[in-house]
Amino acid sequence: MSDRSTATERGLYGDFAQRDTAAHPAAYTPEYKTSVLRSPRNALISTLNTVSERTAPIFRADELGPLDNDLILNFAKEGLPIGERIVVHGFVRDEFGRPVPNALVEVWQANAGGRYRHRNDKYLAPIDPNFGGCGRMLTDANGYYVYRTIKPGPYPWRNRINDWRPSHIHYSLSGDGWAQRLITQMYFEGDPMIAQCPIIQTIPNEAQVRGLIALQDTGNNIALDSRCFRFDITLRGRRMTFFEPTQEGGKR
Amino acid sequence: MSRSVFSPLIPTASFAPVRLPETASQTAGPYVHIGLAPKQAGFDIFENDFGSVLVSAQTRGQRIAIEGRVFDGSGSIVRDVLVELWQANADGKYAHPGDTQDKRIDPSFRGWGRACASFETGVFRFDTIKPGRASGPGGVPQAPHVCLVLFARGINIGLHTRLYFDDEPAANASDPVLTGIEWAVRRQTLIAQRSERDGAIVYSLDIRLQDTPDGGRETVFFDI
Repeated sequence: MSDRSTATERGLYGDFAQRDTAAHPAAYTPEYKTSVLRSPRNALISTLNTVSERTAPIFRADELGPLDNDLILNFAKEGLPIGERIVVHGFVRDEFGRPVPNALVEVWQANAGGRYRHRNDKYLAPIDPNFGGCGRMLTDANGYYVYRTIKPGPYPWRNRINDWRPSHIHYSLSGDGWAQRLITQMYFEGDPMIAQCPIIQTIPNEAQVRGLIALQDTGNNIALDSRCFRFDITLRGRRMTFFEPTQEGGKR
Repeated sequence: MSRSVFSPLIPTASFAPVRLPETASQTAGPYVHIGLAPKQAGFDIFENDFGSVLVSAQTRGQRIAIEGRVFDGSGSIVRDVLVELWQANADGKYAHPGDTQDKRIDPSFRGWGRACASFETGVFRFDTIKPGRASGPGGVPQAPHVCLVLFARGINIGLHTRLYFDDEPAANASDPVLTGIEWAVRRQTLIAQRSERDGAIVYSLDIRLQDTPDGGRETVFFDI
């Protein structure tokens, strides 16, 4: 039983290029205190991709509801949520620039006052009765996604006693390979709190921080209605398979 | 010589960057449930929630439950963890076009689920079927296994691991991923223990983010 298939099939669904771990925070980042006890101490074990890592669940449009990508309306009860109305859109591509179609994009966030609708959030800012704070969508054939929401507020959190999170929206990405699974956070252009955030400071270089900052897309503002932000995402890419090896393995 | 000389972002022979950097990971945070499991956060918003039951009445294969807990380095249970599972069907075939094995798809089985640790007990649970053996590199079949990925506050980048089954000793002994772990003693951290509870088969695995004070050993996590 061999895992090897034709070059064409392998080209579409081949192995992922080795992850560039320098693009990501380390597991152990003591300035973000919770990571200290929740970070493995051993090196990750690097493995060749198998069919288990090259494949991933496929989601269907009919599993999502018509308002799932409209956070302004998807929990509105007696009125609209309070806050700045915004549209966020962008493309999901892989490291080699190819669009990632049919990726499941899930987002969640605090309300305009910085309060999450979550049983464990006890912050004194009020819950907004008309705002749930989550949405989801599938990218189209070009890897494009769009949703609308209200801009989340910043909030204090217990790390040091007076640390604050900048406005941010959490993102979960499920692409077409298990190795592409990614959770991250999007920030907003021009926010002075970005530079002060211990969670953002876990990222090893400034270019990678910039990659998490949505840009004002003023040309696509909706007149008299909503501002627009652009946020593109890059997931792992599959490498080409020019010459198939006959032996796998290698020196340790 | 500075690293930037070789930056893929600076065009040289070709005008486009050769490889774009993957978007940086950030922690899922304590409120991950809002986005990925809103009922656990305490509210109902979507008509259709993704969950931890992978099987329907039509699914082929041996029904099993997979249960576990996640421990931090103090030995405390991580009660806010979210776990996702990806596995092959009873024949060892994944429901994805990238799986070119000549085996049957099960139209009643996607093979994916998402579970949260209970805030009270810290236990996460999947209701699924035992997977078959999928092909592996070099023609060596893989042992039955499920892939797991962990997200939580304090975890900066999702932790990938695998769960194998203790009643598959022969298959486990030749599994290319399991045997690829240089330290045989660490392989045991991936083997779930079978038991029967009220007539149902349950495989249990405790996952440790670090060695714990009670002598528990850190689980193997993978760079895939």
